[in-house]
Amino acid sequence: MVTAPVQPSTKREVVFSARGISKVYRMGEVTIHALRGVDLDLYAGELVVMLGASGSGKSTLLNIMGGLDSASEGTLRYRDQALSGVSDRELTRFRREHVGFVFQFYNMIPSLTARENIAIVTDIADNPMRPEEALDLVGLADRMDHFPSQLSGGEQQRVAIARAIAKRPAVLLCDEPTGALDSKTGIKVLQVIEHINEEIGTTTAIITHNEVIGRMADRVIRLKDGRVDEEHRNDRRADPAELKW
Amino acid sequence: MLTLHRKLLRDLAGLKGQVAAIAVVIAGGVMTLMISVTSLDAIRLSMDRFYATHQLGDVFASVNRAPEVIAERLREIPGINLVETRVVAPVRLEVPGFDDPVRGTLLSVPDGRQPSLNRLHLVAGSLPESGRANQVVVSEPFAEAHGLGMGDRLRVIIRGRYETLVISGIALSPEFIYQVAPTDLLPDYERYAVMWMNRRALGNAFAMDGAFNSVVASVQAGASTASVIEHLDRLLAPYGGIGAHDREDLMSHRILQEEIAQLRVMAVVLPGVFLGVSAFLLSVLMGRIVNTQRQQIAVIKAFGYDDRDLAVHYALLTGLMVAVGVALGIALGSITGDLMAALYAEYFRFPETVTRLQLRVVVLAALVAAFAAGLGTFRSVAAAVRLPPAQAMRPPAPEQFRQGWMDRTAAGQWLAQTTRIILRNLSRHRLKSAMTITGIGLSGALLLLGSYQFNAVTHMIDTQYRKVLKMDTHVTFIEPTSAHVLAELRALPGVHYAEGYRSVPVRLRNGHLSERNAIEGLPASPQLRGLVDRSLRPIELPADGLFMTDFLADQLELRPGDRVLVEIMEGRRRVLEMTLAGTVDEPLGLGTYMRLDALNALMREGPAITGAWLLSDPDRRDALYARLWDAPRVAGIGMISQAEDGLRQYMEDTVLVLMSILLLLAGSITFALVYNNARIAFAERARELATLRVLGFTRAQVGWVLIGEIALLTLLALPVAWLLGTLFAWLLSLAFSMDMIRIPFHITHQSYAFAAAGVLVASLLSVVLIARRLRHLDMVAALKSIE
Repeated sequence: MVTAPVQPSTKREVVFSARGISKVYRMGEVTIHALRGVDLDLYAGELVVMLGASGSGKSTLLNIMGGLDSASEGTLRYRDQALSGVSDRELTRFRREHVGFVFQFYNMIPSLTARENIAIVTDIADNPMRPEEALDLVGLADRMDHFPSQLSGGEQQRVAIARAIAKRPAVLLCDEPTGALDSKTGIKVLQVIEHINEEIGTTTAIITHNEVIGRMADRVIRLKDGRVDEEHRNDRRADPAELKW
Repeated sequence: MLTLHRKLLRDLAGLKGQVAAIAVVIAGGVMTLMISVTSLDAIRLSMDRFYATHQLGDVFASVNRAPEVIAERLREIPGINLVETRVVAPVRLEVPGFDDPVRGTLLSVPDGRQPSLNRLHLVAGSLPESGRANQVVVSEPFAEAHGLGMGDRLRVIIRGRYETLVISGIALSPEFIYQVAPTDLLPDYERYAVMWMNRRALGNAFAMDGAFNSVVASVQAGASTASVIEHLDRLLAPYGGIGAHDREDLMSHRILQEEIAQLRVMAVVLPGVFLGVSAFLLSVLMGRIVNTQRQQIAVIKAFGYDDRDLAVHYALLTGLMVAVGVALGIALGSITGDLMAALYAEYFRFPETVTRLQLRVVVLAALVAAFAAGLGTFRSVAAAVRLPPAQAMRPPAPEQFRQGWMDRTAAGQWLAQTTRIILRNLSRHRLKSAMTITGIGLSGALLLLGSYQFNAVTHMIDTQYRKVLKMDTHVTFIEPTSAHVLAELRALPGVHYAEGYRSVPVRLRNGHLSERNAIEGLPASPQLRGLVDRSLRPIELPADGLFMTDFLADQLELRPGDRVLVEIMEGRRRVLEMTLAGTVDEPLGLGTYMRLDALNALMREGPAITGAWLLSDPDRRDALYARLWDAPRVAGIGMISQAEDGLRQYMEDTVLVLMSILLLLAGSITFALVYNNARIAFAERARELATLRVLGFTRAQVGWVLIGEIALLTLLALPVAWLLGTLFAWLLSLAFSMDMIRIPFHITHQSYAFAAAGVLVASLLSVVLIARRLRHLDMVAALKSIE
């Protein structure tokens, strides 16, 4: 089912603008067409959930938007800055200044404590929060001197969120943030993300294969076989506490 | 960037076993470099300084007896600067409380003052006072060996007459830095003395009034030494000159030069091997660290760190490992360097050992180590940095395997699945496997090299004292003596057999190559002096023609059958052309040999000998020495068994000490390599191994996947170790071929077995340590995340 793009209710600034994005890569001996011409806009302050089955291309799209990967074809703009066809150096600067990442497997640096895992980002940011402040925001101020191996999965993910927002990024990109967690912990993590979006107004994109999570979004985008399959706007964002899976 | 640095330190702490292993190897390189460069520096600088401050002569000549008036004519030789004539007398002496015979060389100094050349460095006391006939200065090592001090008395026999001398001073001379008796190779401070007394007194005692028998001269800057030697020879020939020579033929200087040459070789070869191995180890380790940190690198890049930050990060990681190694090496190097310096001070007597600023060596060592490490790590770091973050974050694609012989041959069908995993892994990672095999092979080769040194040196001493020098006592006469003296010698107490020889000083020439040497005339088949070929078979001397040490023949570029010019430097001086009949294989010294009767005929003399070798009863040797002692014609008595002990001691002190260090280091490298390899293999495969456990494989089966791989690689490395070790040993035997000592290229089966055993033990130790980790393999944790 293809529907017309949903217009934002109030005129808001476009943060990301993707046109005709394609991505082909080789994995071992297999060629994968991860994206086949995606058009997409993200608006300032909104919380978008991108849904899709495994292999739908949602992670690839997120990576490209975050400057972790570059598109094989198409154009991508962040505000008035082109992100397609730019050098690695510019992508690095873009990531450093504007993007916060949250990964499915938390990707903590095992040899650093919770606070240090955040400091490694604030060290190179322009106007960051203090790591303690960021940990406070995710409710883990009391665990700041623990190493990743001493934290539960949910706690590690919350540290990862603190790490992502500590630099006050313009956009928070979350790749299956609850994928490795049980539902109760997952909901707690989603509450933290929602809280950040509400309080700081960070544009947030969550990708997941979990349909339920779509209910907490301003807007839901469905991907299938590397294309945008469907897009709709929720009338009301559900509180993550209401979610069940 | 503080937090990234913190990660660095934590990573290092986590890798401490491996870091320690690499550090030890780097330390080995730095240490050997420091020892050899420091020793090299110390010897060279101390030598140069001593020569310069105490005016060592450039040209030396001996004559029978020349009138002092000749000195004026010598001073007129074009190009000559200073000329010092002197009297040199071989003496025997008695030291109170010491029973063995003591030989000595007594040299004259101008009455009451320092000579203009070969000045003495007085350690204590003063020169003999002018006009005093009974005062003597003795060399410091001799005084130390007997605890002699100022005012102590010595009984000296000069030309058969006893003189009692009083010690007025203790000194060192640039002419005798390596103080060794004329026929010896190694110092024996108890049994050989160098002494100095007033010219007039020595002249009187030695029948050299108004005459001299030794000349030391210096050459003007820019003048030709060769031309000065030629002039000297011409002027001194009528007085029994046996040929002037430059510093190169001065025993002490020659030995110093050989030591310097050896240290030069050592300064390059050993650190080169160690640092090469450490570069290899570092590259393997860094490659694998980078591999295991693929995802961390991706995350760090995702945060916005750029390539330069990461390159610096990993370069620092390497740098820190190098720093730990260099620090350890410097610590070990300065300890062992001091030990070596003390050892050298025992053999080379300088007034002061000049140790130049160590900083230079330290910096050099650090730079060499850092360069080797940089070479090893550059590739891995470059690869890590190049990785696009998104790609690094994806789990790596399953590695590409192909069907091979295992799937096609009948034998392959019999292999267990776990064995297939091993074989497929090894053949999939051919380069990695080859590198590992080479690395283990290299360390095994070092073990072989160390063991070769041990055995070759023992073999060399055994050859010298069992096959070549079969006598126990060596007697030299003051002048050529009738062979009838042999009958007298045989009649002495305890003598079983006596054999005489005639020694004639010569200069051998082939084209532009020349060498001062002595021809020894021997019986056709000598019983006490073995002449052997390369396979240690005895050689019979032909009626005419020369035999010489093969090393000497090589130096003169002569082959058997070639003609060689022989300049006789004694009696009626002549130049003859003779044929090189063959070569003998001797590990020590350079010799030229011919039949005694032919040599006597050549010298136009009857059956005459200048020395004799004795085989005697050990129990009656004291009585024998007492009788020889009193014989007026005996110039010196050499105790061969003591010389052998001395040589074994020397070897133990220097070569073997050094080689023990090498062996210890080689052992630790072997362990470091195998252990590192096993650790990394374990880290890389933990997930795969856990999967196998989940699938129901037993611990032993899973262990086999890892341990079988280590075992197979180790076994494959053994032939490589033997091959490389043999090559190293051959190179070392070439590099260490010197005039005085040559270490034969002789590797025993034991050495090969030893190298193999070392590698196997190191492997076994690593396997035991890894097995402990395997037991604690956490299946669930290994499977949960994709780290």
